[in-house]
Amino acid sequence: MATFNFELVSPERVLFSGAVDAVVLPASEGDMTVLAGHAPMMTTLKTGFLVVTSTPGNGTRVLVRGGFADISQNGLTVLAERALPAEELTHEILDKEILQAEMAWDATNDPIARQAAESAIAQLREAKEALTY
Amino acid sequence: MPSLKDLRNRIASVKATQKITKAMQMVAAAKLRRAQTAAEAARPYAERMSVVLGNLASGITVGPETPRLLAGTGADQVHLLIVCTAERGLCGAFNSSIARLARDHANRLLAEGKTVKIICVGKKGYDILRRQFAQNIIELIDLRSVRQIGFENADQIAQKIFSLFEAGEFDVATLFYSRFRSVIAQIPTAQQIIPAQIEATGTSSDAVYEYEPEEGEILATLLPRNLTVQIFRALLENAASEQGARMSAMDNATRNAGEMIKKQTQTYNRSRQAMITKELIEIISGAEAL
Repeated sequence: MATFNFELVSPERVLFSGAVDAVVLPASEGDMTVLAGHAPMMTTLKTGFLVVTSTPGNGTRVLVRGGFADISQNGLTVLAERALPAEELTHEILDKEILQAEMAWDATNDPIARQAAESAIAQLREAKEALTY
Repeated sequence: MPSLKDLRNRIASVKATQKITKAMQMVAAAKLRRAQTAAEAARPYAERMSVVLGNLASGITVGPETPRLLAGTGADQVHLLIVCTAERGLCGAFNSSIARLARDHANRLLAEGKTVKIICVGKKGYDILRRQFAQNIIELIDLRSVRQIGFENADQIAQKIFSLFEAGEFDVATLFYSRFRSVIAQIPTAQQIIPAQIEATGTSSDAVYEYEPEEGEILATLLPRNLTVQIFRALLENAASEQGARMSAMDNATRNAGEMIKKQTQTYNRSRQAMITKELIEIISGAEAL
């Protein structure tokens, strides 16, 4: 399978850099999968899981919040304001994230922002549920 | 002429001071390494961000639709200075050189009849600027309890500035911090962050970019984030610069103390010898008189 270059960067560090087969992005207008040779595009991300597949049938999940993805000829770059690999996820961190999302929901009256916050809360709750198994 | 005991005490106290400065230098060196790695780790994000913004901005013509963070308010009357300094002293000219740059800038603006507002990040800058610009300072942001500067700290500051901007409290914002060149060179820098200064990259490929959602919308979400990133970078550079400045200042102090000890030990030995000689002469001349 053709691979392409993928970089996941958060303000504090570079989380991932290398060749991958596919990346599933939680794009703001719906999840999308990026494969090698994708047309250049740019999209913002919502809160959710990004799935990196570097070997077929095997994926690592990273929780990202607030960021955007830039797909160009050179590959895919994801700039996430916050990125947490699945191994680092704990109940406490998720609780904090949920609290923050709820505060964001409380803070605005803008229906679009509220919807985004709601979906973020749902995603985070789901992640928390999954963690208990 | 100080007595021998005085000299001994003085040497002991300088030695104690030297021990402290030496310890501070080593602590600063260890912290510097950490601050430097943090600053380097943050660099890819900031670079990527500016490339993406440059690509976006070069495709957009400035019009009434353009976000105000990029185009500005159209006025140039009220200036906001964000002065980032350290929370602690004993780091050479680090704090005062940033404060001096900010002060010069503020004086120039005031002379032009502009209104100046100041936000101080870090206590030391506040202490220096308070003397002259007490009425201009609108806020002091304290990062004393923060051990390692995180993105959240920068985000809080950016939110504050952003809400001030939305409320029409200022037209132009300039960020003052110290850029980290090397351990001995830190460059006080003034950087305009609102309206955003974006160097249009001429290297944008001809390939047609697709945007999801629309270009303008992406730009609107990106610009506040860029503000945060700029502040975050400034804070990290500042942290590294502070430790670098402290390290070289403490290195100097240790060396000075060493010289002082050497000089005083010499004086001490000389006067001790002089005393012995004097006593001997007294004994000998006493014996001869018999």
